Amino acid sequence: MIYIIQNYWQAFLYSDGYNMTGLAMTLWLLVISCAIGFCMAVPLAVARNARNPLIWGPVWFYTFIFRGSPLYVQLLVIYTGVYSLDVVQHNALLNAFFRQGIDCTILAFALNTGAYTTEIFAGAIKDTSFGEVDAGRSLGMSRVTLYRRIILPSALRRALPVYSNEVILMLHSTTLAFTATVPDILKVANDANSATYNSFAAFGLAALIYLCVSFTLIYGFRRAERHFLAFLQP
Amino acid sequence: MLDLAGYGPQIWAGTIVTVELSVLSLLVSFALGLVGASAKLSKNRYVSGMATVYTTIIRGVPDLVLMLLLFYSLQIWLNDATDYFGINQINLDPFTSGVITLGFIYGAYFTETFRGAFMAVPKGQLEAARAFGMKPLLVFRRILFPQMMRYALPGLGNNWQVILKATALVSIIGLSDIIKATQDAGKGTFRMFYFSVLAGLVYLVLTTLSNGVLLLLERKYAVGVRKAVL
Repeated sequence: MIYIIQNYWQAFLYSDGYNMTGLAMTLWLLVISCAIGFCMAVPLAVARNARNPLIWGPVWFYTFIFRGSPLYVQLLVIYTGVYSLDVVQHNALLNAFFRQGIDCTILAFALNTGAYTTEIFAGAIKDTSFGEVDAGRSLGMSRVTLYRRIILPSALRRALPVYSNEVILMLHSTTLAFTATVPDILKVANDANSATYNSFAAFGLAALIYLCVSFTLIYGFRRAERHFLAFLQP
Repeated sequence: MLDLAGYGPQIWAGTIVTVELSVLSLLVSFALGLVGASAKLSKNRYVSGMATVYTTIIRGVPDLVLMLLLFYSLQIWLNDATDYFGINQINLDPFTSGVITLGFIYGAYFTETFRGAFMAVPKGQLEAARAFGMKPLLVFRRILFPQMMRYALPGLGNNWQVILKATALVSIIGLSDIIKATQDAGKGTFRMFYFSVLAGLVYLVLTTLSNGVLLLLERKYAVGVRKAVL
């Protein structure tokens, strides 16, 4: 245990001397994929509630595919599958993108969390009370203003508790990155395990770090809920 | 239609392994969840404290980390135990470790689902059952369980879908499931994309089928409940 801490603490937290590894890498993966997923999810959630089947159909299909299959399979398709296609190998730009494990990982994570987040936000938008929309319309708001001023702010607030769950599940999913050679916390633990055969200490340390991050996130979201959902408090 | 390049039998066998693994893990975690929920609602402070520690730690740590931790450590602990008692070494294969670890991990999630469902059953019903002289086990079997299942089903269905998708991780610790089979086929034929997508499709079929079954189950357990007409 002590040996692993002494030799791997830097790698576990931020760097192995050459690259960003461990906790820093995990947090970077979490932040970037959640940010991309969030930006995709807001317009897609609006589209998911559209009346035209040509608009909500494709969005439904996207969330169905990405919520119905495991993230590991999606990562395999993007990391090993897409790169084996001739089209990708003969296109310089695509080749450079899909050759990097981290690019594929971020793409897969962002698409996956985007699908779940879309459904969460779409549900919240659907639950917007009729009166609020009516009031906005009676004031002569256009569709865009209505979404920008009334529907989205209230829907995103109400979605916060469910969204926080999704972020924590995403933190747990980032562990898959190590299968695509991305040096996150689990990769460092795996290396420490292969070097020392002290499995319990190596993976136990990783588990402890993840536990700390989970608790910090839960605490942060609870503070955010107290701030943004103050109007719902009893 | 489907060109499996001779890998059909392996892929079919892998699908069976995936389904078996999910069903067995579901049974283990279901049982653990019932025990955990009873422990968490217990009046004994130590028992409920232990259950709280179990659910908090398991739900705070990623399942893949726990899986690797348990997979590698279980064998070492087991070896120590068999050495101590002087019996032959027992080898844990990936399937057994997969069932144990998935069951142990998702037992924590089931504990929370069942706890909520137990609390949703009106207290008066249990008191009435006790007043009729029913023993605790009989109360559980005749009154608590049938009614709490209705409240637990949506959460249960969710957990089942998560378990089904989590079985994909067990191929990382060396189980020859659907992922392993399709990856082998892809490597053998140089058609990684095709076979990886095939694995995804198999999972999609499984999740869609189980959605249908869940709808039927929900209808069965909602018998005699009047829905509000809006």
